[in-house]
Amino acid sequence: MSQVKSIAGRGLPLVGDDIDTDRIIPARFLKCVTFDGLMGHAFEDDRGQAQGQHPFDQPQYKGATFLIVNRNFGCGSSREHAPQALAKWGIQALIGESFAEIFFGNCVAMGIPCVTAASEQVKQLQEAIAQHPQQSVELDLETLTVTCGEVSWPIEMDNGPRQMFLSGTWDACGQLVAQAAQIRATAAQLPYMQWA
Amino acid sequence: MSRGTLFDKVWDLHTVSTLPSGQTQLFIGLHLIHEVTSPQAFAMLRERGLPVMFPERTVATVDHIVPTENQARPFADPLAEEMMEELERNCKDYGIRFYNIGSGSQGIVHVIAPEQGLTQPGMTVACGDSHTSTHGAVGAIAFGIGTSQVRDVLASQTLALSKLKVRKIEVNGNLNLGVYAKDVILHIIRTLGVKGGVGYAYEFAGTTFDHMTMEERMTVCNMAIEGGARCGYVNPDEATFAYLKGRDFAPQGQAWDQAVNWWRSLRSDANAEYDDVVVFDAADIPPTVTWGITPGQGIAVDGVIPAPEDLPEGDRFVAQEAYQYMELQPGQPIKGTKVDVCFIGSCTNGRISDLREAAKIAQGRHVVEGIKAFVVPGSQRVKQQAELEGLDKIFREAGFEWREPGCSMCLAMNPDKLIGQQVSASSSNRNFKGRQGSSSGRTLLMSPAMVAAAAITGQVSDVRDLL
Repeated sequence: MSQVKSIAGRGLPLVGDDIDTDRIIPARFLKCVTFDGLMGHAFEDDRGQAQGQHPFDQPQYKGATFLIVNRNFGCGSSREHAPQALAKWGIQALIGESFAEIFFGNCVAMGIPCVTAASEQVKQLQEAIAQHPQQSVELDLETLTVTCGEVSWPIEMDNGPRQMFLSGTWDACGQLVAQAAQIRATAAQLPYMQWA
Repeated sequence: MSRGTLFDKVWDLHTVSTLPSGQTQLFIGLHLIHEVTSPQAFAMLRERGLPVMFPERTVATVDHIVPTENQARPFADPLAEEMMEELERNCKDYGIRFYNIGSGSQGIVHVIAPEQGLTQPGMTVACGDSHTSTHGAVGAIAFGIGTSQVRDVLASQTLALSKLKVRKIEVNGNLNLGVYAKDVILHIIRTLGVKGGVGYAYEFAGTTFDHMTMEERMTVCNMAIEGGARCGYVNPDEATFAYLKGRDFAPQGQAWDQAVNWWRSLRSDANAEYDDVVVFDAADIPPTVTWGITPGQGIAVDGVIPAPEDLPEGDRFVAQEAYQYMELQPGQPIKGTKVDVCFIGSCTNGRISDLREAAKIAQGRHVVEGIKAFVVPGSQRVKQQAELEGLDKIFREAGFEWREPGCSMCLAMNPDKLIGQQVSASSSNRNFKGRQGSSSGRTLLMSPAMVAAAAITGQVSDVRDLL
């Protein structure tokens, strides 16, 4: 599994608070047994209403790597289809004011870092990218900075998930399964395991 | 850092190891799965050649995609049918207990698990669904997860998690007439905000919760996630034990006494330390309705849509978006807003006590012509009980449709959907843009009794006028 230490690319500012996972991927697209069909459906209804003016449809943001969002992004449903749809569109990392917890966890399990910055700094970054969409953005998880053009901002991420990215253990499955003996020992101590 | 709370005790008891990242590897006592978020997880297991480590600790049902009118197989929707077949195959291949349609025990996952006594105090519970917080009502630590994490639980019965902080939310006193558990949680969310709970588990405490029935506690814990808290719980007490006793999976005989003793020991200590405490007075809670596009945009039923300047600065952006989407103006009363569809059901309010409260309002009255009103029991057992009590007859005579169990129009992954800009009075949990199946559909969240009141008056109405 690969380490995630730094990511470089272009940004896409998506302005708005409390953008929920129903908006990221409407429920009708969850009728699937693989994630393959999600391609192209990210923000489908918002995009329809914006009639071509949604950032996901604007040509200057095509090929963007970073999604720059505001407060409580990814709230609501636990559907991993939401980050999966963003990833299929090309998003590799998110920078925002704050993230909903289940969404954040889903992103970690997929190897997509969600980092936070102060509200003013996120807004500055969104504006800087809107003015110069071709400008390169670089996210460094080792130094916890994001750089856009000449300017750098400090970012934050809890140390647990950060270490998982840096050490390449964000897909925890193998690590968890390797503790089989300890898992069985913990289970054996739980009274309810004997009742059913 | 919290200390001595139920959350701390259960967390410690289920800790398997500390991972190199510093996160906790937490054992999951009960894993619930359904057809939407599990197929990809099983595919990942197959890809990696991994078995299910504790198949007896996973239980499946089907709820999100099932039609609530015609449930004959194959389903009319081939995609829904494919998902059904996939779940049936996975449960068979891996030896997982499955409550299918026709089993007599199928229903919304968060209704059937407590109903059968599967969820118990002191357990950790995970499910690929954000409303898993519901199970905290019995004193379990329960949270929603995504599909990769469903894979992790199947493969190892554990999750990699960072410990949450604990906020005690104390509500004291008696609720006023016409105020239900739904109003309590809508009031808490509108006060603390939809992201107020991020990073926290919510412990619901105080005399108001002490006096609530288990089903009322489920309604409250169900919506903890709408306040940003991945997990909500109530300490187990005599009401919890009375609810559990005799249920299918509840311990029996000597094990029962052992269990009750263990459950009591898990309650938050009198001198427990919390990361935060918030106190509410039950008398301040009105019948509440949401007017906007987040569950935090709620107001008293006799209140008016707030003006931007009445809101904290951080909430104004979403308020502007909501005025436009909902076509509601600041200063306008919510009471009297015309509705098109009335939906009673969901994992929030699809239990027998919810149907009883709604039936009290519906009895002897009639749904206004042109309004579509329907009742979707949360499970086959709820449906059976309701029919035994004659609630189906009351609803039908009042002009409501009486349906088969499922998630229905809460998220509209099935034939139950809003059309165009229809306005729905809904007992469900989310009023997000497009949530109920139409990208311009509008949802007003309220208690089941208030939904019934809306159906028989054709508009948002104060349930107190009908009691």
